This record gives sequence, C-alpha cells and structure tokens, in this order.
Amino acid sequence: MAYRSRLAYLLSSPACRLSAVKSAAVTGNVVPSCRREFSWWSSVQPAPRDPILGVTTAYLANTRPSKINVGVGAYRNDEGKPVVLECVREAEKRIGGRELMEYLPMGGSARFCELAVGLAYGEDTQVLKDKRVASIQALSGTGAVRLFAEFMKRFQPEAEAYLPLPTWSNHHNVFRDANVNQHTYRYYLASTRGLDFEGLKEDLKSAPNRSVILLHACAHNPTGVDPTPEQWKELSKLFKEKEHFPLFDMAYQGFASGDTQRDNQAIRIFLEDGHQLACAQSFAKSMGLYGQRIGCISIVCAEATEAATVKSQLEYIARPMYSSPPVHGSLLVTSILTDSDLKQLWFKEVKEMADRIIGMRVALRKNLEELGSKHSWEHITQQIGMFCY
Amino acid sequence: MLEKGENKEYLPIEGLAAFNKATAELLLGADNPVIKEGRIATVQGLSGTGSLRLAAAFIQRYLPGVKVLISSPTWGNHKNILNDAGVPWSEYRYFDPKTVGLDFDGMLADMKDAPNGSIILLHGCAHNPTGIDPTTEQWDIIADVIQEKEHIAFFDVAYQGFASGSLDEDANSVRRFAARGMELFVAQSYSKNLGLYAERIGATNVITTSPELALRIKSQLKRLARPMYSNPPVHGARIVANVVGDPALFDEWRAEMQLMAGRIKQVRQKLYDELVAKDKSGKDWSFILKQIGMFSFTGLSQSQSENMTNKWHVYMTKDGRISLAGLSSAKCGYLADAIIDSYYNVQ
Repeated sequence: MAYRSRLAYLLSSPACRLSAVKSAAVTGNVVPSCRREFSWWSSVQPAPRDPILGVTTAYLANTRPSKINVGVGAYRNDEGKPVVLECVREAEKRIGGRELMEYLPMGGSARFCELAVGLAYGEDTQVLKDKRVASIQALSGTGAVRLFAEFMKRFQPEAEAYLPLPTWSNHHNVFRDANVNQHTYRYYLASTRGLDFEGLKEDLKSAPNRSVILLHACAHNPTGVDPTPEQWKELSKLFKEKEHFPLFDMAYQGFASGDTQRDNQAIRIFLEDGHQLACAQSFAKSMGLYGQRIGCISIVCAEATEAATVKSQLEYIARPMYSSPPVHGSLLVTSILTDSDLKQLWFKEVKEMADRIIGMRVALRKNLEELGSKHSWEHITQQIGMFCY
Repeated sequence: MLEKGENKEYLPIEGLAAFNKATAELLLGADNPVIKEGRIATVQGLSGTGSLRLAAAFIQRYLPGVKVLISSPTWGNHKNILNDAGVPWSEYRYFDPKTVGLDFDGMLADMKDAPNGSIILLHGCAHNPTGIDPTTEQWDIIADVIQEKEHIAFFDVAYQGFASGSLDEDANSVRRFAARGMELFVAQSYSKNLGLYAERIGATNVITTSPELALRIKSQLKRLARPMYSNPPVHGARIVANVVGDPALFDEWRAEMQLMAGRIKQVRQKLYDELVAKDKSGKDWSFILKQIGMFSFTGLSQSQSENMTNKWHVYMTKDGRISLAGLSSAKCGYLADAIIDSYYNVQ
C-alpha cells in the first residue's frame, strides 16, 4: 500500500517547513509544497541521549566481564547487583493480593504524605502541628520538582530559579520544560574539590530578591559536597535578608550519613528560622524503590487555610499530567513507616547502605594512595553520598 | 511476581520493553504490518492521562499552533490536558440531544470546516461520556474526511475489551485507520480493562511511515517524559506484561473482560426494561441499549441531574452521564423511578 504523506510542510527542508507554517498561520491551510514520500514527522531529529541514563544503556550492551557501571545513581551491593531491601520485601508480602486497586485521589495517599513529610521535617516540627504544610504524592523526585516548577510558574511567574553549578542534569530539563527562567549559582570549587562558599553567597546576594533557590538537602548530586551545619545557618540568614525561597531537593535522606534525622538537618535549620520552604522528596534510593516512582512535594505555607488552597492547586496541576499517582510505592512506604519493626529494619538497612558507600570511599582512597599517587584523594572521603566528583 | 522477587530498579525512560511490545500488539494485533515493519513508537505512560499528556506535549513541540478538535462533549480532563500542554483546541459536534445519538453530519461538517492539518481526537470505543460510538461504516467515512483534509487522527483508547467484551472488536476503529497507512497518535489505558486504576499504566503510541522515523519520534517522546517524571512506574507494567505473556492468565483476562462487559450489557437491558415498564408515555429509551461501554448519556439536563442527587440520592455528573459500571441490577428499578421523575417533573 502506498503511504500517502501528510503534513508535507513539515518536511526535512527547514525552508519548506517555515514557509508552510507561515502560510498555515495566515490562511489556516497547509500548503503541501514539498510533497514526496512523506510523514508529518520527517523533521523530527533523534533526541540527544540522556547523559546519565544513556550510560547504563551502553553498559548493558557491553559484554566484557570486566565492565563496571559507576554511571547511574542506583545502589548496588558488593557484587554489583541491585538490592531490594528486606523491609521492602516484607512490606510487599503484606500488601500483595490486597483487595482494591481503586484510583488514589489526585493528591495521592494522604497517609503516605503525612509520613513522608514527618520524616523530612522531623515529626515534632511546629509547622506540621499547625497544619501549615501542603503536600501531595509525586512521581518520585523528578515529579516533585516538576510539580513545584509548574506551581511557581503559575503563581509566582516573575520569580526565577537558581540551580547550583553543577547540579543533577535533569534539573535543568525540568525547569526548562516548565518554562521557568533559570540561572546557576557557584557551588563546586574545582581547586579544593569542595564548596565554593564565598562564590555561592555572592551569587545568591546578587540574585534578585525573592528568587527560588534549589538546594540539595544532603549528598549533593553530582559533587557529594555538602555545606556544614554552620554554613547552612549562615545561608538561612542570607535567605532571610534576600527573601529567597528555599526549594530543597532531598533524594538521599538516610543514605548520606546513615541517619535520617541528621541528613535533614539543613531543612530543620531553615524551618527553625521560620522560612516558608518547599521540599521535593524521593524514596528511590533511601528505600530502593526506584521503579515505583514514589516521592512527595511539600510546601510550607503561612497558615492552614493557605496550605489547603495550595494543596488543591498542586492537585490541579497533577490532574492533567497523570490524573493520580501510582499506588504501589505509597503502600510500601506507608507499610514500612507505620510498622515499628519494619521501620527499625529500614533504618538499619539504610545505614548499612550508607556505611557500605563510606567504606567504599575509604577503600578507594586508600588504594589510590597505595598505588603511589602524588595527587590528593582526600576529597573522596570528604564528599558524601553516592557520588564522587 | 512476589515469588519471582524481581528487583525494583528504574525502568528506562520509555518503560518496560515487554509491556511496550505487549501493548502495541494488543492494540493492533501481533501480525499487523505496522508492528512487523517497526513503524510504531510506543512509550509506557501514566495511564490514559499521562499518555495523552505526553502526546499533547509532543504536538505542542512539533506542531506548534495546530489545533486539536475534541468531541462535544468529551471527557472533562481532555481540555485540562490540552490547556496545560499549551495546545489550542476546539470542539466538533458529536452528541445529538434530539436523538440521544451521534450527530454524524455535524461531526463531519466540523471536521471539514477545520483548517487542513488539524488533529482530531477520537475515542477508540465506548465514547466517554456519551457511550455513543460510530458504526464501522461511519468510521470509514470519518477516515475519508481525515485523509482528505490531511488531518491526523488521535485515538484515546481507554476501554479496549471493556466495550464489546472483545479486545479485537474494540480495536476495530484504530486498526481500520492504521490499515489505510494513516499516521496516528494512540493513547492507551489499562485502568478499566485490567482494573489497574491506581497503578497508572498505559501507553503513548505514534504510528508513522518508517521504522527510522518511529525511532526518532520515540527518542523525542522520551525527552519530554524525562523532565516530567524521569521514567514510569514499574508495577503496573509488570502486571500487564505478565498477564499478556502467560497464555493461561491471558485467557483468564479475556474471560473476565467478557464478564465485565457482559454485566454492563445486562444492567443496560434491565434498566431499559424498567424504564419501558414504568414510563407509559411511549418515550424511546432504546438509546440505553444502543450506547456502549461504562457510560450512558441519559439526556437529562443539569437541573434534572441535580434532582437525581438532591431528591433521589443518585450521584451522577451534571452533564447527564451515568456510569452503568456503578449500577447493580437490584437498583435498576429505583434508578428508573428517579430518571422518570427527573425527566418529566423537572425543567
């Protein structure tokens, strides 16, 4: 069968395309000027490979036994195999074969959100007691950041986003696709392989007041360089002066130091200082629930009514994106966090993962030094979390 | 799946390969030339909504300014999806309140009136909210007009198998269009037909003219998905792949779908019988039998629908839509009473 082409005006020649699009805009009719064996889509180019996920694809295609994948941020055991946590397997058994698969509400599981936010902010925090936190279940960290980006675009369209340099590459994609203007602020100092604190402060000072500043709560991705608690306190004051909005991306709570209530220290410092902040949380790494896409976006509001309103608007953004989030991951997290035995087991397992990584850092540094390297490899053990820069 | 103890690693951006293969084959038939020739780009999506949104984002990027025509009425969220994706839309006539059926002439006229190269959003089967589907002959005429006007057909397939009880029969419209060599968008959902509502499992499909194009389109779909949610949730995809990949489970599914579609047909019949028995005016209620799928557009107005709720405690949407999937045969008599009262006694 001969395939008749459609949309000749979107042909490969940019000139064809442009003239036809203009023509279409004027007359409302397509002028099929450059007709040939054809498709609407012939101008579609292959997208660039995702710089992170493409690495795993290439790794999988390689057949050498010596291969190592240190690309994607996904935890592996010492044999290089993915790990499903015991607490998760146990939770699976408990929820397997449950009766209902009805849609979650647009905001996802309320119980899950309550637990997630308690974990992120500290269960006793005042803003929770005052019901000032708007939160909805999100599609892991990416989805949470995207919801916030869309929300700020809609309700603070003049505000611009500042991202650390460097940051997780997908952050740039998220803000770009949400049509939010973005900038970077200095973060990593190559000469020390540490934090460029002076540069960071300068850049945040020179940013317009009331900018949205993306912060990695712990275990900065990709550098592994985190501010100290004292530096966080200083930043909190700076944010107050500049009326900046802190957006915390927390993808590694528990995974960084092994202690969930130490890894959220930055958030707690900012909360104590009274900031209205937001947190995009992911359970991908800390509970090993990567493929479940389970996370949470929470926003601290001025008071309870505002929080309810904000929540409804977040839901209103989620509805035309995916209607309601997937249930499975929320059931697993809820199961784990509401059962004291499973919760303790999780704490133990997440600490083990964090310890294994810390052990790896120590071993890698030691090996490099023993090989007689003159170079300083200190940064390997000074940096924290999955990644080493 | 519990016994296999599979891991919980990230899926690739395009989702679970086994699922993508299964879903395209379910839609078109495994031996369809489109599949054999690799002319389809399939990306796992967040059920129907997510799959529609991904396609809409692609349309916004590659066909900026092109309008999508949606049926009047259509599923409410279609408008939200297109709005949030920044895609302009307008409506084509669909529901004829006089016949409580399809306004076919109006539909064709509006499609002909639209600028060439527009996009027409069609419900593959079991139109939501009306339950009114074109006949096969009408589908062919619709396809003729779409080809004449150089439009692109965009199918929302949320009820495959659920409408008639047969997966193949319900895919008839899509398959006929594909057989003509037309380029298509198809958004699929497994929420209803596999009851996987909360797992959010569906797919965005783009059918095109060459395998090379299909690959390029797929890569661009991925580029849109990555900043939305990185990669899709694994659980529902594994369930679908397992069900479709295991002949025993697949047979069980087919049987269960027949049961579900069958129950709805029975309940339609019961409601119809009750209405005819109770309504002595001779009004033609047969549209209830002619409509298909979960929903029935009763023709009740907004105030009449409100009466249903306020007086009779029957909860329905204001456009007069009732979900037969929510109706048990024991309640058909009561519902008939409510409908008759609302129809005749409320303006």
